[in-house]
Amino acid sequence: MSLQVEGLGYRYGARVALEKVGFVVEPGSFCALLGPNGAGKSTLFGLLTRLFTAPSGHIGVAGFDMARTPRAALARLGVVFQQPTLDLDLTLRRNLLYFAGLQGLSGPDARTRVDAALDRIGLADRAAEQVRALSGGQRRRLEIARALLHAPSVLLLDEPTVGLDAASRRAITAHVHDLAAQGLTVLWATHLTDEVADADRLVLLHRGRVLADTTAAAFRGKRSLTDAFLTATQADG
Amino acid sequence: MAEPARRTQGARAAFAAILTREMLRFWGQKGRLVAALVRPLVWLLVFAAGFRAALGLSITPPYKTYITYETYIVPGLLGMICLFNGMQSSLGLVYDREMGSMRLLLTSPQPRWWLLFGKLVAGALVSLVQCAAFLALAAVWGVRAPLAGYLLVLPALVLVSLMLGALGLLLSSVIRQLENFAGVMNFVIFPMFFLSSALYPLWKMAEASPVLARACALNPFTQGVELIRFALYAQLNPAALGWTLLAGAVFLGLALWGYDPARGQTAGKGPGG
Repeated sequence: MSLQVEGLGYRYGARVALEKVGFVVEPGSFCALLGPNGAGKSTLFGLLTRLFTAPSGHIGVAGFDMARTPRAALARLGVVFQQPTLDLDLTLRRNLLYFAGLQGLSGPDARTRVDAALDRIGLADRAAEQVRALSGGQRRRLEIARALLHAPSVLLLDEPTVGLDAASRRAITAHVHDLAAQGLTVLWATHLTDEVADADRLVLLHRGRVLADTTAAAFRGKRSLTDAFLTATQADG
Repeated sequence: MAEPARRTQGARAAFAAILTREMLRFWGQKGRLVAALVRPLVWLLVFAAGFRAALGLSITPPYKTYITYETYIVPGLLGMICLFNGMQSSLGLVYDREMGSMRLLLTSPQPRWWLLFGKLVAGALVSLVQCAAFLALAAVWGVRAPLAGYLLVLPALVLVSLMLGALGLLLSSVIRQLENFAGVMNFVIFPMFFLSSALYPLWKMAEASPVLARACALNPFTQGVELIRFALYAQLNPAALGWTLLAGAVFLGLALWGYDPARGQTAGKGPGG
């Protein structure tokens, strides 16, 4: 299995942020982590990316335990953060080369990967431009290409469409669904139900607990996903 | 490739990437070099000229003869460059954290201490470039040191920059938001600079206030300035070297503790969604 979360708990002082959170994302599947603001998604992402560590529970990435072998686990993880991570004053190529370096890649290998990544997202001809010159949607695509540079097994995205217009949102959502169809394991955190397709796995997080873990189609039944989501979260208090 | 060799190569690649990024950013911000030079130059060309008559300096090591006030404050102004640069780097870290590029750094599979050390070394290199430019301008102004001093001051500047950079790193690990930073600048930079031997010798301060002179002597920045001062005249001040190394090690240790993932949420303002 590609991403395994078991019995994860986290507190901020007395306040419980996550309580016994567990789910599994199989290889090549798109899993939407759906939850309203304050559900604990960002805390969960902080733990999944080892920005901080959990006192209880287990995280496994492509078979590597995040607590025991953090470097091996992180090396198999690609992350698109909610906040922009690109340096606006550096060129597209420089930004990607910086990230390649952080992943331990250098020399011709890094340059080949960077050129291929820029080519894939149709920005090869703008490689020498500053990132500042790109649109919001293009920057997001570049962030995703950056996160895939080291060929990770699992791609985590934390509300990656924040601040984008409707067309860019749709394009980015479709792009990542395509990546999952090509075999990448994807965990996509969002509070926007229109980003989730019927065939997607759905983990509903509310008040730090998993309320549902099924497919989006099974979860919503005959209702719209928005209705099902609101009903479930309101019933939980 | 064997696993240890692959890891070493990966760590080297990450280190080089951090250094390259910081140098490119520095190179891209021409105003930063100018600003970094204007500050000490104003002190050297204006403040020192005004104070030359008011402040009589006796012959104290490392000086072998009477010196002008301009000559006295050049090492202190080199320290000032390192101090401002160290704090500016940590300001950059707080900004990086709000933007997300800090997350990018911290989620790299390289050891966290190594990544943060790379940041420190990059900051020290930027300081070194600024100090070299300032020394050249000071020489044009007539404040010169022995040739050997110009070489020996380089490792001293690197050490002092690393020590002050580690202090900046420590501050960035405890400061949650950029807005808090201005206050810390006032509470760190000004006391550190003025309670030091950068602008006046400690014996002079002791004449005015023994308590303040004691505080100056305990200030790690004083030790850094004295390390630079002696090195610039091709001499070693072992006590200053020892205290600078010790302060640097303590700051770095605390900063790494501050960035320890097991300590809690260091990379964000708090829980979001």
